[in-house]
Amino acid sequence: MSVFDGFKFRSISSPIHQLDPRAKFIYVCVLFTVAVMFNNIIPLLILFLIQLPIVFMAKVQREWMRSMKGSAIFAIMIFAVNLLSLYFYAGHETLTSILERSLAMTIRFIVLVQSFSIFFLTTSPDTLGLALEQSGIPYELCFAFTTAVRFVPVLAEEAQTIIDAQKARGLEIESGNFLRRIRNYIPILIPLIVNAIRRSLELAETMESRAWGACKNRTNLYVLKIKTNDLLLILFSLLLLTVSIYVSINVYIPSLTSLLT
Amino acid sequence: MIIVENLYFTYPNGVEALSGVNLRIEDGEFVAIMGQNGAGKTTLVKLMNGLLKPTRGRVLVDGIDTRRVSVARLARKVGLVFQNPDHQLFSETVEEEISFALRNFGYDEKTIKERVGWALNMLNLERYRKISPFMLSGGERKRVALAAVLAWDPKIIILDEPTIGQDYMQKEKLRQFILQLNQQGKTIIVVTHDVEFVAECNPRIILMKQGKIIASGKAEEVLTNEDLVKEASIALPEIAKLFKCLEEYGFPRNVIDVYEAADIIYKRLRDQK
Repeated sequence: MSVFDGFKFRSISSPIHQLDPRAKFIYVCVLFTVAVMFNNIIPLLILFLIQLPIVFMAKVQREWMRSMKGSAIFAIMIFAVNLLSLYFYAGHETLTSILERSLAMTIRFIVLVQSFSIFFLTTSPDTLGLALEQSGIPYELCFAFTTAVRFVPVLAEEAQTIIDAQKARGLEIESGNFLRRIRNYIPILIPLIVNAIRRSLELAETMESRAWGACKNRTNLYVLKIKTNDLLLILFSLLLLTVSIYVSINVYIPSLTSLLT
Repeated sequence: MIIVENLYFTYPNGVEALSGVNLRIEDGEFVAIMGQNGAGKTTLVKLMNGLLKPTRGRVLVDGIDTRRVSVARLARKVGLVFQNPDHQLFSETVEEEISFALRNFGYDEKTIKERVGWALNMLNLERYRKISPFMLSGGERKRVALAAVLAWDPKIIILDEPTIGQDYMQKEKLRQFILQLNQQGKTIIVVTHDVEFVAECNPRIILMKQGKIIASGKAEEVLTNEDLVKEASIALPEIAKLFKCLEEYGFPRNVIDVYEAADIIYKRLRDQK
């Protein structure tokens, strides 16, 4: 569960939490593009570092560490696969440049995870839904999205209760061969699915009895507005994008080893 | 026999659910664990069948430390009926539902058939044998869940909130049934908020508050003690309230049973004539 905690919204008050989800989304998109644009270690390292102040400003260091720890195993795998494939197929590259390239790919992955983590840690499902709605996506779809996100922890908790209940009836989940183990999950999955369907039907009924969908034009209590900070973030993102495009076309990026020696 | 020694339990998210619980439940005892939401009642019973393992201290079931054995092995002795039957029903028929645990425990087909028949009969579910448990009403599903546990005949039976969602008649039947099981020598542990239900059963009461046991004793003593009851956020049983009002006329305080109450009032009326 600890890996998911690195992506679960935490309600804290911070300048990053107050940013408009749309601005944050643009920022994340730019970061993604830029990260994919480069495969040298220096620009990727810079991308990684410029996000650190944001993590601290948002006061989510601990949760961010969780996402980093959780993705460590994948990072190691990416590093190993890159190292091996470059070693065997890249031919006449030196060992240091191979190492550097593999490291760059690993950092790219970490940057992607990091930006995702920051986005979801600081954006509540509600404001995200609101942002979707204000971007012109039909309310029904936005509602379905936010509800789905909101019920994930509820379902996780329910799954645990069901596992406990079946264990109390002598079910040993981790016993038997492969097929047997898959079958062991039937007594857990069926109640989970049945309850989820029941719950959604109940939710639909209670929603309708509270006049869901009564008016065509639904108003919101909170309306998202782009504020100065949001503008600054968008501006920063666009600047980052332009600089990156310029650099990637016109500037030769030295390798880390050549700089150090 | 269940012995709980200096038991502490903290959930992975840091919530301390139990802090320093000591408890001894003898064979054949009938115990009700009461207290407000979040007092640690369900956590305590989950520790008794090994679903949760102590953070500190230990739980011994018939001398077996719950940390040493699997839940499946403990479950043979300790049958825990969960609060919500929908968390366990999954089979196509009631019959299969009840035989699930029996198959897990490796009983042979003949015994399974006998046990299933016995459990269906016990809980008056015979006519639903071939019906899907999902087609039944809430109260009936609850009975199926109970039958599914009773089928393997555990010597300790723990019921978590058995009266929720049951109408009065069903509650009364359940009460009779629990008393009958207790008379057959089963240890019964009931986790509940329902003071009236408890007042009619007259078990030993264990009151919990914030992960600690604040009182343990006879129902007529604990449930008539206004301070204790208030501290545990439960209500006085109706009869206890009545006798509290009558206290100044020389009536005794520790009465919770309707028939006992009727007897006392009748005697008083007769004496006054």
